[in-house]
Amino acid sequence: MPAEFPWLSVTVFAPLAGAVLLLPMAGTARRAAWARRWALLVSVVTFVLSLGLLGAFRGGEPGFQLVEQAEWVGPLNFRYVLGVDGISVFMLLLTTFLMPLAILASWKIERQPVAFMAALLALETAMLGVFVALDLLLFFVFFEGLLFPMYLIIGIWGTGRRVYAAVKFFLFTMAGSALLFVAILFLYFRAGTELGAPTFDLRELQALPLAAATARWLFLAFFVAFAVKVPLFPLHTWLPDAHTEAPTAGSVILAGVLLKIGAYGLIRFNLSLFPDASVDLRGFVSVLAVIGIVYGAVVALIQDDVKRLVAYSSVSHLGFVVLGIFAGTLQGMSGGVIQMVNHGLSTGALFLIVGMLYDRTHTRDLRKLGGLGRRVPVLAGFFLLVALSSLGLPGLNGFVGEFLILLGTFEASRILAVIAALGVVLSAIYLLWAYQRAMHGDLPAELENTPDLTARDYAILIPVTAAIVGIGVFPKPLLERIEPAADRHASFIAVEPEPKLVSFIEPGAEPLNPSAAEGD
Amino acid sequence: MIDQIWLVPALPLGGAVALLVAGRRLRGVAGGLASLTVGLSFVVGLLILRDLLALPAESREVTRTLFDWIAVGALRAPVELRVDPLSLVMVLTVTGVGFLIHVYSMEYLHGDPRYPRYFAYLNLFVAAMLTLVLANNFVLLYVGWEGVGLCSYLLIAFWFERKAAADAGKKAFIVTRIGDTAMLLGIFLIFSTFGSVRFDDVFGAAGGLAPATATAISLLLLGGAVGKSAQLPLHTWLPDAMEGPTPVSALIHAATMVTAGVYLVVRAAPIFEASPVALGVVAVVGVVTALYAGLSAIGQDDLKRVLAYSTISQIGYMFLAAGVGAYAVAIFHLVAHAFFKALLFLTAGNVSHATDGEMNMMRLGGLAPRMPRTTAFFAVGALALAGIPIFAGFFSKDQILAAAYAGGFVLWLVGLIAVGLTGFYIARAFFLTFAGRPRHQAHPHEPPPLMNIPVLLLGVGTVAGGLLGLSAETGTIHGFLELGEAGHARGGLSELWLGVIATGVAVAGLALGWRVYISGRVDWQALRERYVALRRALARGLYVDDVYGRFVVLPAKATSAFSAFVVDQRVIDGAVNGLGRVFAGLARAGRRVQTGLVRSYAVAYLLGAVIVLLVVLGRT
Amino acid sequence: MRTPIAYFLLLSAVLFTIGTVGVLVRRNALVIFMSIELQLNAVNLSLIAFSRHLGQVDGQVLAFFSMVVAAAEVVVGLAIIVSIFRRRVSANVDDVNLLRW
Repeated sequence: MPAEFPWLSVTVFAPLAGAVLLLPMAGTARRAAWARRWALLVSVVTFVLSLGLLGAFRGGEPGFQLVEQAEWVGPLNFRYVLGVDGISVFMLLLTTFLMPLAILASWKIERQPVAFMAALLALETAMLGVFVALDLLLFFVFFEGLLFPMYLIIGIWGTGRRVYAAVKFFLFTMAGSALLFVAILFLYFRAGTELGAPTFDLRELQALPLAAATARWLFLAFFVAFAVKVPLFPLHTWLPDAHTEAPTAGSVILAGVLLKIGAYGLIRFNLSLFPDASVDLRGFVSVLAVIGIVYGAVVALIQDDVKRLVAYSSVSHLGFVVLGIFAGTLQGMSGGVIQMVNHGLSTGALFLIVGMLYDRTHTRDLRKLGGLGRRVPVLAGFFLLVALSSLGLPGLNGFVGEFLILLGTFEASRILAVIAALGVVLSAIYLLWAYQRAMHGDLPAELENTPDLTARDYAILIPVTAAIVGIGVFPKPLLERIEPAADRHASFIAVEPEPKLVSFIEPGAEPLNPSAAEGD
Repeated sequence: MIDQIWLVPALPLGGAVALLVAGRRLRGVAGGLASLTVGLSFVVGLLILRDLLALPAESREVTRTLFDWIAVGALRAPVELRVDPLSLVMVLTVTGVGFLIHVYSMEYLHGDPRYPRYFAYLNLFVAAMLTLVLANNFVLLYVGWEGVGLCSYLLIAFWFERKAAADAGKKAFIVTRIGDTAMLLGIFLIFSTFGSVRFDDVFGAAGGLAPATATAISLLLLGGAVGKSAQLPLHTWLPDAMEGPTPVSALIHAATMVTAGVYLVVRAAPIFEASPVALGVVAVVGVVTALYAGLSAIGQDDLKRVLAYSTISQIGYMFLAAGVGAYAVAIFHLVAHAFFKALLFLTAGNVSHATDGEMNMMRLGGLAPRMPRTTAFFAVGALALAGIPIFAGFFSKDQILAAAYAGGFVLWLVGLIAVGLTGFYIARAFFLTFAGRPRHQAHPHEPPPLMNIPVLLLGVGTVAGGLLGLSAETGTIHGFLELGEAGHARGGLSELWLGVIATGVAVAGLALGWRVYISGRVDWQALRERYVALRRALARGLYVDDVYGRFVVLPAKATSAFSAFVVDQRVIDGAVNGLGRVFAGLARAGRRVQTGLVRSYAVAYLLGAVIVLLVVLGRT
Repeated sequence: MRTPIAYFLLLSAVLFTIGTVGVLVRRNALVIFMSIELQLNAVNLSLIAFSRHLGQVDGQVLAFFSMVVAAAEVVVGLAIIVSIFRRRVSANVDDVNLLRW
């Protein structure tokens, strides 16, 4: 073991420290310009730190790594415990990767830019904390902590009915987390009677014996909190409003990271803490996920507001993620995790592009757009690439996740996989139609002078599309690190695989029967 | 050279990437660069062919793994290329015809504002198609499969300012994706059954399949094949796809991509073989499509749409051949068809080039004197299509009908009727376009040489292609492919007689076309007026598309609107906002207590204090 | 001779009643404030009286405590009244109902 560098604490709290240092910069426009640069620098440094963290992370191990522990409130056994496994490490990277892009996309914010940047950075700390906290109370603190900056980002810097959207977002999440908090406290006190000392430590709570009915209620309490965040049908209606009214950076973070927190919570807490209840309720959750897939896609078909359309597509895509998580197969779980990353990239990129489109045309209404493919071919090209990634075109990242999820689900439940596959067709319809309405056809006269991408836009889009193509072509670095942790979590609710005709064959090995392909 | 097989798809892919990234800077050389990459791929393919032929026949199957792609648990889907006779025939067809069409496009698209993008897409298409045919597992095949679908979308909608083109591109992608999704499920079932998606593993174990499983897998794969190859019932996108530039129609929607379904069936033959039902379905789909598309082709007024329906019909023949187990014949027809249909499309492209894009045959006619070479080459393609002896199409179609005859009398008979229809519709197209009196104002002219050379070479292929496979038993291509042949168990007519009958029917079809449209003995324009309903039904492809519109698209839109505006906004969000309103109402009632008068608060306070005091005192 | 505690309590009760009536009937915020002070001091008086009567210091401590609180309250209260007066040129409490629905 090398000298213990507290990778996690440093990465998590770097943005918050940056945000605190930002506050004195409020005031003149000159200072605001520096504040932007400072915020970008902080977020980039955080990204570099998370890369270092990835370097210190050892693939091939299913358990938690880089664990840091400290007392917090000693007598009550509140503790500060951080750690990552193959699932959370990529959530961490996704967050730190998207944040500089979100900051760049908010370069031209005029209202209180310093406060905005501070809110974004504070939000980043809360999000990172959620992904690495192994103590339930600490997790809850971060989980609630990200609400407030997001609430401000939507409510102050949003558009249209921003206050309605912000309050709706806040209330939905609070309603879920109230249940979550009660369930966490229940576990804490139950640990006091069953394990000798009350504790919030996830690793210790996993050993807590629970009656089946109790576990089921606790599962549901956790589930509702995370289902709101995911969001699963029918708890999704805050999402279109929040997405639509949030500023670009808000939408990017919301879609890219916040929704993943729900899915992540399902893996980390529901499956780990209540494996038996997870098995009991697997069917229920999977059906909700499939409804979400089809329903989100069907509703997306008819949206005229691009942002609403993308928001509903998120409902559909996150349905895939949850379906994979609860498939109970290694492929499904791995697919679910990598799809979380993929959705963050593709939908984040979609919102970035929609934001650029909005900055140029001042509308998100597809009925008022059209023919831009001729005027802004590069922007259109990026839009198409990202849309294709979102609809799961092989060779781009979305396919890897979608394929693994559906494959894993197919092993567990064929009928669900077949219905979910409908989402694959529908996603092609709504995304291509949206693309067509924006980019094809006649160019309205008022859009005649729409400018194409600027250098800053390139700086935003090139990293994210590079990641999209990179993961699509060579997902191995992710998959091999995710696999051990995914296997561990999938085994909680594993389904018995059917016997196969061909036993497992090592890649590159000689085929069993060389003349096999010639038929018989 | 076999080790360099990766170059074959990599070269066009590199070209595509270069043109996409630096298209504007490479504008002047875009066409040349793109053609060069495909040409080089063709050369590499030829060198590999030489090496492969040097190997003994039984070991002509080489695989090369490039890198691990998706690998989770038991699932292994590496990027692994497979060189065997079947994939190599496809590679050579794709790169050969592709190269010629690239060259043709350099002139055809000259001056288009998106010239570099066009070649980027075209190169990307070739790369994807080569991935499709070279893949050694189903997942990688699916990459190519969807990749060609994407390029098809991009190229059909290339002139996206026209709504029809944009719509057609989207339709092509979506309709084929329906089939692709079935195929995806088929791949899942393959993995679930075999525990592997690699061809070697799957086909090696296919013999042990339960018939029901084999049928399920085969039919799901067939779903993908039917979508991509525009067979019934997923054929409706192909006629619309003619909105794309004509060279695109020639390459993608005639010679290569649409035949991918045939390739898939032939490639997955071991699975299909395990299910007689599935093979039967393939044959029936093929023959019914051949008949249906032949009929519809008669009703088309647009030259390219005639050719589109003709393509659907011809691919139906290939399915028929595959369905009766004559895999090598199916591939032979695929190759022959690639030549003569590309030839027909490119000559149609010449017409379009010469007449400012006029493709409606009612406004063409009498082009022969002005464009003699084009006319001659179109005639060569037409005769090959009709299946007239010495042309490539004759041999392949003859062998298909012979195999169909062995497979079942009805299959043969329906196929034979479609031969007659083929002769008739292509004669109609030829005479309406090139013969008779001109019905247009344009001043047509022969195209420049850069467009003539590919046409010439394709013409040579169309005439000489038959040499590749003079008969199903001894043909060069059949022997090379080694795909096994269906037994000719059925007695009755000898092959010679079958050939004579088929040729006779084809000639009869051509002759009828001549009699109706050129001899002057029939007033075809009066016939058009008299049988309006029939003409309209044929022109609209027997209303299949309209039925889909009415019974699929419309209900889907209604469901979508209902979900979005009623379920989501009224029911779910209504419940949420309703809950909010309940609490808001309670609060509104409660706040009346707050009068804002400080002294009234003080009175309340005093009273409260007195009451509390009394209660406390009363207790003691 | 010690003054009987009843006298103190009577005075305290009278002061408290005057204060209460003042709070209820006057409109000027300052006068209300003074009335509140009167109430507080009435209570203080009874506290000290009891303290003396019982010979314990607890009541005096409590009285000091309430004086401190009263002083703090006066600071905040007067500040509010002054700022309202500056804005509205009135110290009438019936005019101040901004926080009403």
